[in-house]
Amino acid sequence: MEYLRAFLLGGLICAVGQLLLDKTKLTPARILVAYVVAGVILGGAGVYQHLIDWGGAGATVPLTGFGFILAKGVREAVEEQGLLGVMTGGLKAASGGITAAVLFGVLAALIFRPKDKS
Amino acid sequence: MKNLHRGRQSVLFDDRPAILAHSAVGGKREGAGPLRRYFDYTSDDTKFGQPSWEKAESFLQELALEKARHKAGLQNSDFDVLFAGDLLNQCISSSFAVRGTRIPFLGLYGACSTMAESLTLAASAVNAGYARRAVALTSSHFASAERQYRYPLGYGGQRTPTAQWTVTGAGCCILGHSDAAPWIECATIGKIVDLGIKDANNMGAAMAPAAYDTLRTHFDDLSVAPGDYDLIVTGDLGELGKEIVLDLFRRDGVSIGGVYNDCGTMIFDLQKQDVHAGGSGCGCGASVLCGYLLSQMKMEKIKSLLFCATGALMSPVSTWQGESIPAICHAVSIQARGR
Repeated sequence: MEYLRAFLLGGLICAVGQLLLDKTKLTPARILVAYVVAGVILGGAGVYQHLIDWGGAGATVPLTGFGFILAKGVREAVEEQGLLGVMTGGLKAASGGITAAVLFGVLAALIFRPKDKS
Repeated sequence: MKNLHRGRQSVLFDDRPAILAHSAVGGKREGAGPLRRYFDYTSDDTKFGQPSWEKAESFLQELALEKARHKAGLQNSDFDVLFAGDLLNQCISSSFAVRGTRIPFLGLYGACSTMAESLTLAASAVNAGYARRAVALTSSHFASAERQYRYPLGYGGQRTPTAQWTVTGAGCCILGHSDAAPWIECATIGKIVDLGIKDANNMGAAMAPAAYDTLRTHFDDLSVAPGDYDLIVTGDLGELGKEIVLDLFRRDGVSIGGVYNDCGTMIFDLQKQDVHAGGSGCGCGASVLCGYLLSQMKMEKIKSLLFCATGALMSPVSTWQGESIPAICHAVSIQARGR
């Protein structure tokens, strides 16, 4: 049941992205940025936590989850160290994801060569 | 001085420069398409044994030139001038392809209209006597064009439904004087048409009005009708752009449907080969012309052809800055009938 909920929520978030790609003139980069920003806003407003409680990884793995982590990190850091936390909290909380993205990106680039899809 | 200018934008080649030889080379997808038999060479390796996509595209041009030269039985030293261009920054595919040949070189940028542009200039040079033999050459490559205009393939970005598929291919024509067909009869030089379309994934719609404009002007300037041609082809409007051209003529009460087609819809099987709206790129019009169409003309299955290559003249920077897409179309009339 937990897996099904993650699949449904994650799939829904991705389906919205696919619709934006197919039906609007937004470029992929803009859609990605919009997803992060949406995650920050929904996270800051406290809505996104409910989605995570319901759908787990279905909400944390898509890019909106990254926005949520940024917002959450800032809030926690502000509680601990005051206003300086606005500058430090986001990246500190997201550091695991960012490092993983860079590391696996390098690994993939080392192992694989892009191919002309055919 | 003889006046060979006709109407507003057209030129007449009174000596009728002949296409002495032509060649087309393509990649894997082109080699699996409906026109596969008409390519002089296709490869399953889309890198053509080269270390980068850009080098592969340059190699395509080298290969096209070599095949055409071989067919004509000529040497590089027999060519007085070569006109070539492509889609990459600073036209590197062309200049790198030609650097070892010692042929006098004039680089062009006309985006996907380059085949018609280079043919017009080569025919002008031969007709005027500035060159005994001139070469028109162009190419495009799917992977290098993706890097140039959209995202490098490694990024793994998704394509939109109206996006066209850049053809991996090159075409080459050698022009000179000959009694053997086909000959270049006249050409209409296009002007920039920009109706404000900004979507770089919908270039067929951006270029269709330019094709319509050039075709109309061609018919007016030279007092010909669509029915005077066995076939009128545009370069790479794809399914969408082709419909728009048909629509624009329908609005004028002119029917061109019977003789009109688009190379972007001819080179691939749009149903079976996942190419969305069809083929695009300099190599699209070039390889369809230099492969299929000119072969048909040699066999006299097509006796009169109007080749209209269309180009979208934006750059990645102009797109980022929100500029619309300036489009152009040049038309070249090629005849297999004696006068």
